[in-house]
Amino acid sequence: MANRIASYDGVAVAVPVSVPYERFSIRGAHWFIARALKALVDGAGISKDEIDGLCVGSFTLAPDSAVGLTQHLGLSPRWLDHVPMGGASGIVSLRRAARAVQAGDAEIVACIAGDTNHVDSFRLSTATFSMFAQDAVYPYGAGGPNTSFAFLTAYYMRTYGAKPEDFGKLCVAQRSNALQFPHALFKKPLTLDEYLNARPVADPLRLFDCVMPCAGAEAFLVMSEDRARRLGLPHARLRGAIERHNAFPDDPVQHRGGWAMDRDRLYESAGIGPEDIDLLEAYDDYPVICVLQIEDLGFCGKGEGPDFIRRHTFEANGSFPFNTSGGQLSVGQAGAAGGTLGIVEALRQVTGQSLGARVENARHALVSGFGMINFDRGLCTGAAILAAT
Amino acid sequence: MSETIKRPKRKNPILKTRAPTLPPDRRSRIALGLVRGAALGNLELQCCAACGAVQYPPREACVRCLSAELEWTVMSGRGELVSETTLHHSQELFFRERMPWRLGLVRLAEGVSLVVHLDARCGPAPSPVIVEAVLDRAGQAALVAKPDGGNTALADEPKLRNFTSDPRFRKVLVTDAKSAVGQAVVKAVLEAGADLVWAGHCEPWKNPPGWPAIAELPKVTLVPLDVTDTKSVNELAAELGFKVDIVINTSEHHRTFGIFGRAGVETARAEMETNCFGLLRLAQAFGPVMQSRGADGETSAVAWVNLLSIYALSNFPQHATYSASMAAALSVAQALRAEMRVAGIRVINIFPGPIDDEWNQLLLPPKLAPSAVARAIVGALKGSVEDVYPGDIAQDWLARFRDNPKALERELGR
Repeated sequence: MANRIASYDGVAVAVPVSVPYERFSIRGAHWFIARALKALVDGAGISKDEIDGLCVGSFTLAPDSAVGLTQHLGLSPRWLDHVPMGGASGIVSLRRAARAVQAGDAEIVACIAGDTNHVDSFRLSTATFSMFAQDAVYPYGAGGPNTSFAFLTAYYMRTYGAKPEDFGKLCVAQRSNALQFPHALFKKPLTLDEYLNARPVADPLRLFDCVMPCAGAEAFLVMSEDRARRLGLPHARLRGAIERHNAFPDDPVQHRGGWAMDRDRLYESAGIGPEDIDLLEAYDDYPVICVLQIEDLGFCGKGEGPDFIRRHTFEANGSFPFNTSGGQLSVGQAGAAGGTLGIVEALRQVTGQSLGARVENARHALVSGFGMINFDRGLCTGAAILAAT
Repeated sequence: MSETIKRPKRKNPILKTRAPTLPPDRRSRIALGLVRGAALGNLELQCCAACGAVQYPPREACVRCLSAELEWTVMSGRGELVSETTLHHSQELFFRERMPWRLGLVRLAEGVSLVVHLDARCGPAPSPVIVEAVLDRAGQAALVAKPDGGNTALADEPKLRNFTSDPRFRKVLVTDAKSAVGQAVVKAVLEAGADLVWAGHCEPWKNPPGWPAIAELPKVTLVPLDVTDTKSVNELAAELGFKVDIVINTSEHHRTFGIFGRAGVETARAEMETNCFGLLRLAQAFGPVMQSRGADGETSAVAWVNLLSIYALSNFPQHATYSASMAAALSVAQALRAEMRVAGIRVINIFPGPIDDEWNQLLLPPKLAPSAVARAIVGALKGSVEDVYPGDIAQDWLARFRDNPKALERELGR
């Protein structure tokens, strides 16, 4: 294992914000990000001039980036970042913001991920998602990410013996969690039968295996613990964080992610192990990727995911609390905000601010991100451990 | 011929004719490198000249050693299907109209992964496959995985058939059916399952060997057509243009003069009238109505074939004016290809070397039999290519041309 990561001591994460999701919106991404920023400053009880760092994740800001947002929203930050990493942008933003605060490059960093979703946004975004997607995937059936995840899911099922019921169990549990989360777009219970009998989308994927794109935003603040205490903000400590891009490029099919390369470093820097984790907020655009995260983050061995699912329950009060606000599969995928949904929910859980289903005595939350299906696989992985104070 | 493709039902005249849709055709410039091979039916991928690594999708640098010396190299296509899916949902109209659609993830023997259109005859993953490069209906290169062995004709697979211009059950116009090549083409497309051939002919006083037999074939209808006469072309298009699924333009005028071999431009003009302006007339008369029928059921308008010459690539000074007219025709054909692409109609150019006919009497062998030209045309229609160089001479000239066009110019001028 390579060098130990310098600790994130003294870094606080505070003010979990969710801008309520909408299936389709006529507004721009700027609107959702502005609402998130307003909620952040209101929630922290500060003026927006006190925000001197900004980190943004968004797919639909074009032609703007985070730069244009500063003038759009009247901010003069001395530290600015734009993290175009989709489902990993939340974790990566958190890591970078934490280092900026530790180094004194910024005192209060607003990490915001948000996107709009027009009626035609999803098709346009997947058609030109990346050069490889445009050249070598989209012309093949134009299925969007469904195609890539269908390949992964079929391969995983064949290789490790996962059954549709295994993935269904995760989806059903997440829906149960979502029913208590006020912002979830899915309001009806989901049964295993409904899951199994839903229409096929891209074999073996069925309707409830696929996230529903929507508009919305998620956000949080990163500052020193000292500052958080002075502001009187409930906050979590950042105990460790990892990221990795284009891991295991020679695997013929993505059956493991970058987490497997870096998890030992993550747990080492946090001084805890998987057994100490009270809840897992995994990136869940499709359930197969949840199983990869459960395995690669060390909760079970490679290929043991199906058995792990059969042995556990995943509701907030279950034996393995998982995606406790419902995850993207039941809340909705608000573009890049999908990669921050889990951070915000974990922050709520370990600070006792849950809006919905509550995990009792949650001390350590593991949050994981996965982003950017480039050709045949997702390239960006990240994870972070948030701890109660 | 496979029994899997059934004769489509007759068109219901009450229903609206569908408008053509295309698969997504946006590509980066580097990815268009795939078209170079696919146009000829070759699977070419980038291979690093420095370290030998093969890579896909196409990149601007070698993924292993970062060299910029990347050469498009013909691959065997051997690989293993490692995963697959059948799409039931697509974001694009072209595929929505053709659901469900099977796709595969293939690991080539060279160690690269490919997303491919997957032949229904392929076994479930893991199974051995052969990957080929084809042209999709947008004219872009696409990868197809077929079973390793057995009958794997594209046109016999109901979905992959979309990548072909299979003459089966289609109606074909052969613009000059009287020439030796024209007669061979009529016979070949009928053997390939065409429903009907309109056999164009002019100069009714000519009755060359074989012609009476062609005229008596049951699925052949003789139609008067003089491509040098705009009125003749337009009259025929008005009569049957809306029924033509495939045009095979075999009309040519060939004389064998160098620049100093004959004073004046009459010969050159006659060659241009047929070889270049004839194509232009046909295109203007038949092109628009074919465009409108690009999605007219399973036997829609689908292809336009031009019999050009290898001399179109580089002038053969002994046949100087003929070469020039064929170069002009090639240029028109490229424009026609661009126009027809919006309707998913493929323009196929045939570049034979010298054909064994009276105008090439003095050329030494090898010369191409008219039947070989016809086979090349039908092969192109049943397959998925747009440029065909049949015969040894054409292949030889093409190789020389691609290697060094200036060298070929000197060689031909000797």
